[in-house]
Amino acid sequence: MTAKKGLLHWIDERFPLTSTIREHLTEYYAPKNFNFWYYFGSLALLVLVIQIVTGIFLVMHYKPDASLNASGIPVAFASVEYIMREVSGGWFIRYMHSTGASAFFIVVYLHMFRGLLYGSYRKPRELVWIFGVLIFLALMAEAFMGYLLPWGQMSYWGAQVIINLFSAIPVIGPDLSTVIRGDFVVSDATLNRFFSLHVIAVPLVLLLLVAAHIIALHEVGSNNPDGIEIKKKKDANGRPLDGIPFHPYYTVKDIVGVAGFLIVFFAVLFFMPEGGGYFLEYNNFIPADPMVTPPHIAPVWYFTPFYSILRAVTYPLFGIDAKFWGVVAMGAAVIIIAFLPWLDRSPVKSIRYKGPIYKTALTIFVISFFILGYLGVLPPTPGRTLVSQICSVLYFAFFLLMPWYSKIDPCKPEPERVTWK
Amino acid sequence: MKNLIVHAKRLLTAVLFAPALVFAAAAGVPLDKAPLSTDFERLKRGATTFVAECLACHSASFMRYNKLTEIGFTEDEIKEKLLPPDKKVGDLMTIAMRPQDAKKWFGGVAPPDLTLVTRQRNSEFGSGADWVYTYLRSFYRDPSRPNGWNNVVFPGAGMPHVFWELQGEQTAKITQHPDGAQSIELVLAKPGTMSAQEYDKMVADLVSFMQWMGEPIAEKRKSIGIWVMLYLAVFFALAYALKKAYWKDVH
Repeated sequence: MTAKKGLLHWIDERFPLTSTIREHLTEYYAPKNFNFWYYFGSLALLVLVIQIVTGIFLVMHYKPDASLNASGIPVAFASVEYIMREVSGGWFIRYMHSTGASAFFIVVYLHMFRGLLYGSYRKPRELVWIFGVLIFLALMAEAFMGYLLPWGQMSYWGAQVIINLFSAIPVIGPDLSTVIRGDFVVSDATLNRFFSLHVIAVPLVLLLLVAAHIIALHEVGSNNPDGIEIKKKKDANGRPLDGIPFHPYYTVKDIVGVAGFLIVFFAVLFFMPEGGGYFLEYNNFIPADPMVTPPHIAPVWYFTPFYSILRAVTYPLFGIDAKFWGVVAMGAAVIIIAFLPWLDRSPVKSIRYKGPIYKTALTIFVISFFILGYLGVLPPTPGRTLVSQICSVLYFAFFLLMPWYSKIDPCKPEPERVTWK
Repeated sequence: MKNLIVHAKRLLTAVLFAPALVFAAAAGVPLDKAPLSTDFERLKRGATTFVAECLACHSASFMRYNKLTEIGFTEDEIKEKLLPPDKKVGDLMTIAMRPQDAKKWFGGVAPPDLTLVTRQRNSEFGSGADWVYTYLRSFYRDPSRPNGWNNVVFPGAGMPHVFWELQGEQTAKITQHPDGAQSIELVLAKPGTMSAQEYDKMVADLVSFMQWMGEPIAEKRKSIGIWVMLYLAVFFALAYALKKAYWKDVH
């Protein structure tokens, strides 16, 4: 027995190292027909690592302090510029983190869309899906609180607007928003608690949920573009006929995805780190000033579809302010995604075998989502509000009408074995 | 005294709503494209103007004097030509005026820090540099303003025309169109010590420097980026070849 094997044996008697590697990598059988859409899960994991590692280095130099320095600049804002100019490689770390935030949402939105295409949320993957929706929720909280930290005008006023929404909740609202801020306005107390939550609390929850998401996935096995279960057809050794070991096949394939992703990611980082004013908003280069409200406060692009839904609600109901119902609609728009496993009654999972009704519904849904996102960055006008109301109804209709349209949709028969397309 | 209060109030209103006005005004005012340069001689000229003129009232509090070595100054040159007597070469470009006092003296708003102005003023109408370039060439005489100056790009700006001796005095010819729109044409009423061409070039050098100051790493960032792209292209090709090799027996 070689020394290496001896060490491995020593560890395995005390820790399930080899069996874990087998279970999750070398003997985890994934369907062999994954296509382009299946890159975004591993890419989301990559971006998570990028955010954590760059975040660790940012925290070494960043100061969550809203007091003004001798030049009248908030210390927090000045510390970000200090990172950009004085810390060696600081600009690279900071741009990685700011570009990474937007990249995270792009990758996660595409990952979720993959679920819609191939019915990845269907039985037995309901828990995988629910953990995923919780990850999305935690990610939104993480991004929202992180955006306050540079303490620019958009950081400050964006947080002010969003936290104020909570005050519309009957009875507890005003107190709740004060608790969130730790003050009556967004202030140093808010900055400090958001820093704490952004750096410790929410990342812990995120990591836990990501672990649960992957463990649940490996328990039931991955779905595939045909939406059929590879576990139904096994060889004499009990291995799925259409399955291949995750490692080395999908590890080498995902490296190609990583290379492609990094080309886009670094092209943005090195040549347009502001992302045209969407990844780093121009107004956020102005230090936060509680006395000067910007003429137009737009949330960052990844929140705009949901922000549009919030603004689309303009009618008070049961004597409660429209703002409250807007908050309810915005929350419902995210939560409703978690119910997809029970809303979809189609006999098939994948869009390849679903009929024209689902294809039409999904197309309308995606178009509505883009229009909502676009309207969310613009100031409202009566015309735009009407359009966002129509799109909000279409957004919810996709989910709420699914039990009916997915049932009557004429589907094609599923194949016995996975196909290459 | 009462007149003064009215003036102060008007100034305050103008300043408080300034961002809104910029938003509204910028829509009607086409910005001139700033002829930016990364040539060290021009950046050095711009830096000299900036330190001599702007740094009297505005800080650039994220900039160290010795950072100017990155655009070709030597430390000795900085000490001789640029550094105020009370500063060391590693000091930040702060100003003696305290923000609280500046607020009092300038009618409610202290002159903003200019380190990032070219990044702040980006908009759908043009880059931040275009804005500053157009702004510094768009002052005109306006007796209704407390300081006697107004600006096409930034109506009601708190700053008077600092370079008026160089550019001369412009007056505005305001034309009211029948559809309610207004157009402003600037006419050079009293020439300054520079020709229009010389003045534009001086402002271009200054704005080039401010563009550099907004993100000193920008040029290096882009040049590193090209190597990163080349490296990743090779990496992508190798990764793809590796994948092909591993997958050749998967059918």
